[in-house]
Amino acid sequence: MSEYVQLSYFDIALASVFLLLNGVLSLWLRLGIARSLAFAMVRMVVQLLLVGMLLKSLFAIQSPWLTLLVALFMASFAAREIWARQERRLKGWRGLAIGGSAMAASVGMVALVALIVLVQPAPWWSPRYALPLLGMIMGNAMTGISLSLDTLHTALNREQRAIEAQLILGANKWRAMRPFLRQAMRAGMMPSINGMAAVGVVSLPGMMTGQILSGVDPNEAVKYQLLVMFLIAGATGLAVVLATLGSAKALSDDRDRLRLDRLRKHR
Amino acid sequence: MLEIEALSRLQIGPINLRVANGEVIAITGPSGSGKSLLLRAIADLDPNEGQVKTQSGARAALPAPEWRRKVAYLPAESGWWAEHVADHFQLPDLADTPSLGISPEAMGWEVIRLSSGERQRLAFLRLLEHEPEVLLLDEPTAPLDAENTLLFEARLKRCIAKGVSVIIVTHDRAQANRIADRHFELADGKLIEAAHV
Repeated sequence: MSEYVQLSYFDIALASVFLLLNGVLSLWLRLGIARSLAFAMVRMVVQLLLVGMLLKSLFAIQSPWLTLLVALFMASFAAREIWARQERRLKGWRGLAIGGSAMAASVGMVALVALIVLVQPAPWWSPRYALPLLGMIMGNAMTGISLSLDTLHTALNREQRAIEAQLILGANKWRAMRPFLRQAMRAGMMPSINGMAAVGVVSLPGMMTGQILSGVDPNEAVKYQLLVMFLIAGATGLAVVLATLGSAKALSDDRDRLRLDRLRKHR
Repeated sequence: MLEIEALSRLQIGPINLRVANGEVIAITGPSGSGKSLLLRAIADLDPNEGQVKTQSGARAALPAPEWRRKVAYLPAESGWWAEHVADHFQLPDLADTPSLGISPEAMGWEVIRLSSGERQRLAFLRLLEHEPEVLLLDEPTAPLDAENTLLFEARLKRCIAKGVSVIIVTHDRAQANRIADRHFELADGKLIEAAHV
């Protein structure tokens, strides 16, 4: 890591000049995005500076409990985000719990295997490895689950008549919902599949680029990237299947009825 | 035979009704009185309370899919889940479309090209494939002209002759007079027997 060029805060400020120029353009062309641009920019700066300080002290303290606490905080934020991104949500505690627990189960399992078996930092829960890995896997699983559930809930609601037509003819609930379960799972997996297909040719992933910029050998950076992408796609697929099946179960009952009364529309 | 005991769902009920083998019950009532809700509740498509049974046994003792094959519900607007008509039938070659005034080629048609009357009649035919014991019909002839309505009723009478019990929701009093043995009005969630037709 000898060739690592340290950035000064002045460099960072200079880098923002182009974005500020965008703001001026927006005002001039009356695009009406200057405010949200400024807000997003300030928010990003504050959040990242804070998380930098937080990570620095977490790495210094090296407490497993504190690391776990931060992981739980991330998970609950992601669960809430999954809930918020659905146009039609399950009513009550299930709305939050199904997406959240599908994510926690799959991400937790994959991250544990990654830390204990694959990367093996010492100690295995070392926040320097655990938190970034968890963050990357969780972020992708979160997107996958929210896409899946949004697709599923929209489809079940729109296709009520077609689903009930099958129930009337004696199909069970799983058979009647099958095409929409498939559709929902596909929607959730699509970003991961597209991401794998385009990586390296169209896009150089931020993590890998970051490692290369900070002096890591490109071959080593690629290895880490491969590891992370396998974990991401694996965890997302698992999360998407769990969440879709869980939500479909909640939207039907043991008498093979479609229970759209358990859904509520937002926005 | 269909026996309904203390059936209730939302504002409807408790409903008690016994329909003998081969008997036809007509139900009328203002829109919004819950006629469709009542049929859906009997078919167990919505949560409801009460006991319902046929000669095959009590509803609670049968898996819901099996119950719905025996107690077949024809909604006012049918649902279609595949592109072609034939995909909605178990044995498309045996479907007796001409008896309802539909071309025998209908099985090869796309669902999207069907008129509402054709949809209704084809949905009725696919329901009959399971040889139900009870038919719950929700305004079955509303989209049909007079000629096709009579064909539909003639087809229905063949089922009745075989002992199928029928509950038919209709706005058409003349139809109720033609085919029903007893006539009820659904008002304020209760079934009231009208003067014999």
